[in-house]
Amino acid sequence: MSLLLDVVLKVVVVLFAVLTGFAYLTLLERKFISRLQARIGPNRAGPAGLLQPLAEALKLILKESFVPSRADKFMFFLAPILSVIPALMLFAVIPFGNNDVLQLASHVPVGVLLVASIIGTAVYGIAIAGWSSNNKYASLGGLRAAAQVISYELAFGLAMIAVVLMSSSASLADIVTAQFGGGILGWFIFRQPLAASIFAITAMAELARAPFDLVEAEQELTAGYMTEYGGMKFALFYMSEYIKMIALSGLFVTFFLGGWNGPFAQEFWPLSLLYFFIKVLACLLVMVWVRATLPRLRYDKLMAFGWKGLLPLALANVVVTAALIVSGLPGYK
Amino acid sequence: MSAEFLVFLVVALISVASALGLLLSKNAIYAAMFLILNMVSLAVIYLLLNAPFIAAVQVAVYAGAIMVLFVFVIMLLGAEKLNAPETRPGLKWQQPLALALGVALAFQALYVVFARGITAPANVIEAGPLAIGRLLFTTYLFPFEVASILLLAAMVGAVVLTKKDN
Repeated sequence: MSLLLDVVLKVVVVLFAVLTGFAYLTLLERKFISRLQARIGPNRAGPAGLLQPLAEALKLILKESFVPSRADKFMFFLAPILSVIPALMLFAVIPFGNNDVLQLASHVPVGVLLVASIIGTAVYGIAIAGWSSNNKYASLGGLRAAAQVISYELAFGLAMIAVVLMSSSASLADIVTAQFGGGILGWFIFRQPLAASIFAITAMAELARAPFDLVEAEQELTAGYMTEYGGMKFALFYMSEYIKMIALSGLFVTFFLGGWNGPFAQEFWPLSLLYFFIKVLACLLVMVWVRATLPRLRYDKLMAFGWKGLLPLALANVVVTAALIVSGLPGYK
Repeated sequence: MSAEFLVFLVVALISVASALGLLLSKNAIYAAMFLILNMVSLAVIYLLLNAPFIAAVQVAVYAGAIMVLFVFVIMLLGAEKLNAPETRPGLKWQQPLALALGVALAFQALYVVFARGITAPANVIEAGPLAIGRLLFTTYLFPFEVASILLLAAMVGAVVLTKKDN
């Protein structure tokens, strides 16, 4: 029984932290993009706009729950749930810090595979939303999402395989410890720069965020798969996108930026949590920065880039990494 | 009654119910979603048998990759409604054959259960990624290579079949 209680407590605390993080990430993104575009951003609700997420949540809860008349009602309700649950599940395998409680389930020997399977099933929410809305824009958005995720999943997985090769373990806790030696140069971003950049690009494609947001390209598809959604159901899609942003940043930190490790983090665990938080925040800010900077790709370019560019590169990277490890080069085993 | 048995009972019920749902649903998207539920519940059964690698691969490959393609094609063709005529002329022999094979399979399953009895699962082996990788590249190297050549042939076949003449 105490095990059950332990698990439930961890889940509640992580969910609370993640949902608060989501709420303030939306505010952070709006503020940061506003600054980049020489605007001020939301500043009316509360001091410096700090209550803005609360106001938005209240507004969305109070909206009418609307279902299009020819939609498939059951699937229409199920789709937002199917999209938010995988996003939350990703946090189970991310080690947040150097502490038994903060490591959560990151010791499972198949952590990387779990990440791949959760990311793979996350697309159903979007695809089903597009199909069940009975709207041509939504259907096209859902189809695009399915095609895009399948195309970029391969390079995404191969980038993770390079990390697994480097740390000779598929558990995320071991991947962090494999980056201990050699100070900052021990981080896999310096030993696996290609895998790191492929992971970053494909992660943004899996998120369907700018410059890969063809799934909801306003000019062509109004709002893509979300066209018919409003109120809390819309909020759930929004939530899943931002939660996945946080989760994938956490994965990038764990795989390439040394995880929770930093000066004195191994001796004093609160520092490790702080380092993890700072690193994730840095990744999130880069993502927002990219969104504010780069224009959207054309659809055929997106597919060609994924299949003809990233996939062969990632494959070659795995082969070269394996060869380097077998040859016993210093820094590669 | 141990917690493990309780989990097995719930998951087994879900997997049988989702398999029935797959067969009986009139809508192809619902059938696909039932199939995904079935695959995920099988993955939980693999977990109960101490095979985390197989469980994760089951979800990643079947539920995550193959079924996304199924759903994609169903949506792309708009083929979710089942409105085929009763039985097409060319397939008259299909229903009796399917019935005979199904009955044979059911007898096989019943024979195993009643003749051999239900025993505990085989000895727990260490079935992590490392152990399975070792086995694949030593004991089972030949079948592994044959399977990969088969998959490659299927892929080349698909490319050849869909290529337009120009």
